[in-house]
Amino acid sequence: MVLTEKDYQLIASIQDGLPLVSHPYAEIGRQLGMGEGEVICRISEMRKKGIIKRMGVVVRHRELGYTANAMVVWDVPDERLDEVGALLGSRRCITLCYQRPRRLPEWPYNLFCMIHGLSRSAVLASIEQMVSELELEEINHQVLFSGRRFKQRGGHYR
Amino acid sequence: MDSIDRAIINRLQDGFPICDHPYANMAAQFGIEESELLQRLERMLEKNQLSRFGPMFNAVKMGGGLSLCAMQIPDADFDRIAEQVNAFPEVAHNYARDHRLNMWFVLATETPQRIAQVLAGIEQVTGYPVYNMPKKEEFFVGLKFEIRSG
Repeated sequence: MVLTEKDYQLIASIQDGLPLVSHPYAEIGRQLGMGEGEVICRISEMRKKGIIKRMGVVVRHRELGYTANAMVVWDVPDERLDEVGALLGSRRCITLCYQRPRRLPEWPYNLFCMIHGLSRSAVLASIEQMVSELELEEINHQVLFSGRRFKQRGGHYR
Repeated sequence: MDSIDRAIINRLQDGFPICDHPYANMAAQFGIEESELLQRLERMLEKNQLSRFGPMFNAVKMGGGLSLCAMQIPDADFDRIAEQVNAFPEVAHNYARDHRLNMWFVLATETPQRIAQVLAGIEQVTGYPVYNMPKKEEFFVGLKFEIRSG
C-alpha cells in the first residue's frame, strides 16, 4: 500500500490517540477536512494492510501492577534456533520472541523474549518452569530485569 | 480497577471497530452505556494505566526503521547519558537493565537508512559505543497483555 499525503495527515492526527467522543472518525475528519466515510475507509485499509497492527488500548504494564519486566536472552546454537524459537514463542507467559544478532565478544545471545509479571520471583519461577518443561537446561540464558524506565511512547511519524 | 475495567483492557487491546459509532458498539459488548465506556477510558488514561487509546503502527510497514540498541554506561555517568540519549526524538523507549550492557532502548526512524545516522549521532554525543541489534526473525508477537483479577 502506498501511503498518500492524506494518509500521513491522518496518521499524524491519530498517533497520540483517538478522540473520546461518540463519532471519533467524524471528529478526526472535521479537523482534516475529510468526510467520516473517507476517514473510516482509509483507516480500515491501513488496518487491513497491517500498517496499523492493532487498534485499541495501549497499556502501561507497571501502572497495572506488572512491575517485573524481564528480557530473557538465550545463546542458542544456530541449527536449533527455529526449534527453540517456536518452543518459547508458544509459552503463555511470553509476549515477544525475536532472533537478533550476536555482538561478540560482549554479547553472545541471539534469541530474545519478554516476560511481564507481578513480581521478580514470579517471573523467575515461570522461567525456571519453562526451562525444565522445555528441556532447555543446556542452553545458556540470562534474565535482564528492567530497572528505571526513562521513556515510553509510541513511534512518531511526521 | 473492577472487572469491567479488566474486561476493557483484556478485550480492547485490538479489534476496536472502525465504524461510525465504535464506542457505542463496544460498550454494548461490555453491557454498559457508551458514556460509561468513555468515562472509564478517560479515567484509565488519567491514572496512566493506559498510555493511549488508538492505533499502534507497524514502523517497518510504514517504510520506517526499527531496532533495539544497548549501551554500557558507568553508574556515575548513567543519568547524564540517559538524558542525552532520550533527547533524540527517534528513541521510543529506554529502560535501565541489570547487565553489563545496562541501557536498552528502541529506535524508530522514518527510514531504515536513518537508523545508522541516529546511532552515529548518539555515539558522537555520548562518547560511548552503541550495540545495534535489529530483529532478524520473529517467532512470536503476542501483542496482547492479559491482566487477571487479584
